[in-house]
Amino acid sequence: MLSRTADNLYWLARYMERAETAARLLEVGARISLIPSAHGYRNEWDSLLLAAGTAHAFAQKYKDPVQRNIESHLFFDLDNPTSVASCIGSARENARIVRTALTTQVWDAINTAFQELRQLERLPRSEVDLSRMTDWTMRHAAQVRGAIDATQLRNDGWDFLKLGYALERADNTARLIDVKYYVLLPQLEFVGSELDNYQWTTLLRAMSSHRAFHWAYGGDVTAKKIAHFLILNPQCPRSLITCIESANQHLDRLSRGYGRATDAQSQGRKLLAGLSELHTDDVFDEGLHEFLTRFIGENGNLGAAVHDSYLSGDIR
Amino acid sequence: MTGYFNEMYDGASVRPPYARLGDWVNAMPAELRQMKQAEAEALFRRIGITFAVYGEGGDPDRLIPFDMFPRVFTGAEWARLDRGVKQRARALNAFLVDVYGRGEIVRAGRIPARLVYQNDAYEKAVAGIVPPKGVYSHIVGIDLVRTGPDEFFVLEDNCRTPSGVSYMLENREIMMRMFPALFRENRIAPVENYPEILRRTLASVAPKKCNGEPTVVILTPGHFNSAYYEHSFLADLMGVELVEGQDLFVEGEFVWMRTTEGPRRVDVIYRRIDDAFIDPLCFRPDSMLGVPGLMDVYRSGGVSICSAPGAGVADDKAVYTYVPEMIRFYLGEEPILNNVPTWQCSKADDLKYVLEHLAELVVKEVHGSGGYGMLVGPKSTAAQVAAFRERLIADPGNYIAQPTLALSTTPTFVEEGIAPRHVDLRPYCLVGERVELVPGGLTRVALTEGSLVVNSSQGGGVKDTWVLAE
Repeated sequence: MLSRTADNLYWLARYMERAETAARLLEVGARISLIPSAHGYRNEWDSLLLAAGTAHAFAQKYKDPVQRNIESHLFFDLDNPTSVASCIGSARENARIVRTALTTQVWDAINTAFQELRQLERLPRSEVDLSRMTDWTMRHAAQVRGAIDATQLRNDGWDFLKLGYALERADNTARLIDVKYYVLLPQLEFVGSELDNYQWTTLLRAMSSHRAFHWAYGGDVTAKKIAHFLILNPQCPRSLITCIESANQHLDRLSRGYGRATDAQSQGRKLLAGLSELHTDDVFDEGLHEFLTRFIGENGNLGAAVHDSYLSGDIR
Repeated sequence: MTGYFNEMYDGASVRPPYARLGDWVNAMPAELRQMKQAEAEALFRRIGITFAVYGEGGDPDRLIPFDMFPRVFTGAEWARLDRGVKQRARALNAFLVDVYGRGEIVRAGRIPARLVYQNDAYEKAVAGIVPPKGVYSHIVGIDLVRTGPDEFFVLEDNCRTPSGVSYMLENREIMMRMFPALFRENRIAPVENYPEILRRTLASVAPKKCNGEPTVVILTPGHFNSAYYEHSFLADLMGVELVEGQDLFVEGEFVWMRTTEGPRRVDVIYRRIDDAFIDPLCFRPDSMLGVPGLMDVYRSGGVSICSAPGAGVADDKAVYTYVPEMIRFYLGEEPILNNVPTWQCSKADDLKYVLEHLAELVVKEVHGSGGYGMLVGPKSTAAQVAAFRERLIADPGNYIAQPTLALSTTPTFVEEGIAPRHVDLRPYCLVGERVELVPGGLTRVALTEGSLVVNSSQGGGVKDTWVLAE
């Protein structure tokens, strides 16, 4: 297929996943802001913006980090490239360009989300509360993913869509864990405290994995269990290892289909091998934040290899 | 609206092709009609078939208004149009091969040399080239108007890249979805095989150097183009890649597209960009839309371009006057479809007549399109006529004039129910190894009462066009 088409499919998937993450981030923030904040921490909403990497742009435009402003910023704001509205707009633009590579159902799901979003934007803000925004985003993201899985031809285009989802999700999961560990709870003395556990639980909820976690582990919520669940457990649909396994699976399909392996396959395998041999203790020995930073970098390199090997149009 | 031919009502009686539609419309209460109209609009929007008007701003995803009342032809009426349109498409292609070759028609004195060789649309870069199967214009859109039961006139020819065929197909889809009963009661000839015939037509003009099944692509200026939906729609239905200039490159004797598996050779390019932009090395050097070196490959028979560069000289509004002459010259036949009488403002006598009768005539720019830059005399104010007169005198060679035709009307849904509105018709003739025409086309309707301008850029709408099987 055309490299440009593959590129649009890949980015359409990445933007849909990113939109969902923006909504999940909002949910984390909203839940955490419900805890009594008498502990003298920084404003939690502030931390959220740091995590989203948009603190500076936000401060310039809105100044006060109050919930309503944050909602506008993370949901509606087209000046913020990672807001839900921006991501869905970009996903739809990518989809429109490759309309021919998508089934009617997939186009319909993306286009409906886009059209509905325009209506949401016109409603008075008092009618659009935060849970409605996050539910709305999850629902439409699920519809698009469902339409892709149910109707797309299992050709190379499907692999590029799934690669986009896998790499973006790996990145987003790593960042969400990092929010918790590095930004929300910066002081070591709180590790293991009630607050610490509460925040971990919130993170699980934001990833729609709260119940799944209890089914898988039982007992107390501990940092190690959660780190294992979100990083190393192949049963968890958002864990890093699940995402990297999926990326490898689709890279393998591509190399079989095209009869040719590239740098992307070797990098993918290396990343997966590293995760497979890892224990939770290794992660904490290295330092969770340090580990996550390293992972985000390696995952980014894998994305660059996919770009160079398939999407750039300079393939020989 | 007296004095205009109404295609459905002949006085109080209903003309045969519309017989069943009378009952259909009578049985539809206003609420149901509004519901159906809203449903149709929602369908169009969901499909994503929208239309952007250049330089107008506003909603980039604007819909062309769709009128649910179909326009109907009998099989016999269509048979004549079919022969007439194909005849014209053949003659136009013969003309193109001739004027880029020996120029027999000019030597014979049947058309002025100046009009051909000094024409802005004449591409010196392709002189001497005979494209595969001798076809320059592979998709010929002929704009027709009707003024009586048997009176059809050709308003203009479109030999480059006529657009709108996606509406022909989508209008039919939506009508079949919303009113299946109508299609059971009337025997309506299908148009849905158009993309398949188009693909076959394009494949039939593959270049000599192509061996095996030709790779066909559609070349689009990109997703910001107002007709992008149509480009992607056709690519999808034909199962071919939709490429932009940046996806193609020239290496050796061939054109290649950039794919995830490396370069893949391209044999036939159905281009939806203008001549001036297809190759910056040959035409406009600032074009970002084209493919550098494409024309060299084309000249050496490494790729086919549809329509071929230079095809525009045949659909120029000044050359238009000579199409009946082309039909006689190349085919030895009498034209089946007549031209509208046309005054060439470049001729002193004609200009004199036009200036004296400006308030009765339609005056158009020779290279204009989309209903821009034209004057409809009877519908204009004295001030508008006076302003246009200045422009006309300043550059008479840029204009032609035609009588204001009494365009036929068909019933159209309006606020109050149904009312007659003026229509035209554009059928799409496909020319390759064979000359083919699907039974149908795009009917455009002027939705404003009394308006004769049907262009979508001027507030026109579209209708499904039926040809009844005999």
